Amino acid sequence: MFKKIAVAAIATSLTISASVSYAGPKAEVLHWWTSGGEAKSVAVLQKEFSENGGSWTDMPVAGGGGDAAMTALRARVLSGNAPAAVQLKGPSIQEWYEEGALADISDVANKNNWSKVLPESIAGHMKCEGKWCAAPVNVHRIDWIWANASVLKSNGFGMPKTWDEFNATAKALQAKGIIPLAHGGQAWQDATVFEAVALGIGGANFFHDAFVKLDKKALQSDTMVKVFDQMRIMRGFVDKNFSGRDWNLATAMVMNGEAAFQIMGDWAKCEFLAAGKVPGKDFLCASTPGEGFLYNVDSFAMFKVKGSDRQDGQKLLAKLIVGKNFQKVFNLNKGSIPARTDVALNEFDRCAHVSAADMNASSVGGTLLPSYAHGMALRGAQAGAITDTVTAHFNSNMSSKEAVAMLVKAIDNSK
Amino acid sequence: MTNWLEKHLPKIVLGPSFIAIILFVYGFIAWTAWISFTRSRLMPKYDIVGFIQYERLFDSPRWGVAIDNLFIFGFLFILISMFLGLLLAIFLDQKIRIEGTLRTIYLYPMALSLIVTGTAWKWILNPGLGLEAVFRNWGFSEFKFDWLINPDFAIYTVVIAGVWQASGFVMALFLAGLRSVDQEIIKAAQVDGVPTFKIYSAIIIPSMAPIFLSAFIVLAHLAIKSFDLVIALTGGGPGYATDLPATYMYTMAFSRGDIGQAASSAIIMMIVVFAVVVPYLYSELRAKNDE
Repeated sequence: MFKKIAVAAIATSLTISASVSYAGPKAEVLHWWTSGGEAKSVAVLQKEFSENGGSWTDMPVAGGGGDAAMTALRARVLSGNAPAAVQLKGPSIQEWYEEGALADISDVANKNNWSKVLPESIAGHMKCEGKWCAAPVNVHRIDWIWANASVLKSNGFGMPKTWDEFNATAKALQAKGIIPLAHGGQAWQDATVFEAVALGIGGANFFHDAFVKLDKKALQSDTMVKVFDQMRIMRGFVDKNFSGRDWNLATAMVMNGEAAFQIMGDWAKCEFLAAGKVPGKDFLCASTPGEGFLYNVDSFAMFKVKGSDRQDGQKLLAKLIVGKNFQKVFNLNKGSIPARTDVALNEFDRCAHVSAADMNASSVGGTLLPSYAHGMALRGAQAGAITDTVTAHFNSNMSSKEAVAMLVKAIDNSK
Repeated sequence: MTNWLEKHLPKIVLGPSFIAIILFVYGFIAWTAWISFTRSRLMPKYDIVGFIQYERLFDSPRWGVAIDNLFIFGFLFILISMFLGLLLAIFLDQKIRIEGTLRTIYLYPMALSLIVTGTAWKWILNPGLGLEAVFRNWGFSEFKFDWLINPDFAIYTVVIAGVWQASGFVMALFLAGLRSVDQEIIKAAQVDGVPTFKIYSAIIIPSMAPIFLSAFIVLAHLAIKSFDLVIALTGGGPGYATDLPATYMYTMAFSRGDIGQAASSAIIMMIVVFAVVVPYLYSELRAKNDE
């Protein structure tokens, strides 16, 4: 009797120990790409990961532009069990590094020559105190202006090259009963238009001083007053019902000819393409008036995990994310362009080609700048302070000087 | 043994819940208070640095708007709900035929979640889709009702939606109270020839004082809790004109990674609640001691 129990016990313990042995690279990935096209894009990475022998544990947390995901992340980090890769971008990566939560993936980066294939300013966001800690997925351009081609053509206008030209075109179209600017009155959309205007009127150096370095002289300058003046003019070009409108409904207004222009990032392109519109024929894309390129780079930050299978999974994931295949397929589905500069672009459409060429040119010329409205240039509290001021000014009769004073005070308050 | 158990069983049964409440409600209130004195951003830090979060809070124009809105919304919401609820209850009390049906109809809005109320009223008050568009299509081409997108008036739209939701409930409370008034006194007053209006204002309403108090407490807590109504109706907009302390706190904590600010705004909200509840508790306890 005793012998039977002993044999059973030994057999069970052997099976258990066998299954605890190394089971291949594992990765748990936290993200909020849960809507149609985005989920398809993540599935691409999932497939590639398992084709390379890894096992992927998905942790999608929908909604709120990442708010719910960040709350889940905080809980996981506090309990000491962080996921291997988290969809984070911009200064949040460095903020989490300061909390001591990120891993060092410099060995993967150096082996795969990341510093050669990524533009310098984008590579800068992926490093924490000189060591690589995140892998970039794509580059979204923020400062695009989209237009209904037939509305412009039948009224004899082209895409505006300066803000004065935009104002003149808009006034003429408004007189004909067409809404010049389709806009959704949500804080982030107001901020998107604001930073495109600021880049156009102030130039790349002004943008960098004001919104990256938060230099008081730039923030209080006459240029900033001019930016708010232009925002007041833009306020006159939006229709009455713009408050609270979602961005894709504004894009629909451009699509059906109700409105002429929309200032929105390149994800608007997906709306046009999904409705079967052809770039160049039905809709036009151009950079907003001004020199420069405002980028929003989605990336996966690598958190410290325990266990060799998890760490191997993390390294494999990082390698695949910056790999040519994933960069191409993901960005074809998402409407952005690859962060990697040596991916062949023959399958991408016209607007993507323009975007990629502009990205390379501005990287060389030093005008490749992080977007403040989309969380790339500043931390949450400061970006929020600027957005509060912009949206308060846009939705009231505040004068530009009052707005500038409020801006400076809000930024001081948020430090 | 069983005697001891019988004597202490209530305490043993209540014990776990009591401990849970002490820990999870009061313990975490204390934790929030601690965090409100630190420089916490993304993750909580525990080094006390003084009142800097409160200074930042009251320097912020957005918080000023939120507090103003809390008082405007709270005051109007409670006042109008109580008035409408009382009026509806008095009308329903007149022994009319379809009282049951009417009561149910007026009470239905309470069954809706605030998100549904907010969304429905957002469509009704939208100038291009709702009331203004309807009246203009009927021919009143000068009709304007754009409060929803007007930063100065948007908070009153939140009052409208909230009152619509809550007055049915207040009506039900008052109706029960009206019915519980002693019929003998009313008959005596009617025999004496007192007009109906005077019967209501001098006899019935004063005898319903406890019900006014309960209605006030319920409405006050609904007003302070109004987070989902604002988010569904205006999203805090236009700009941040309809921000309330609850939405401010949520934005700071979860969208901006500024936990210190969120904690300090939560403590201020708690102080406002205490300012309402503590005098009531004090008066109740004093009344008990007098008996």
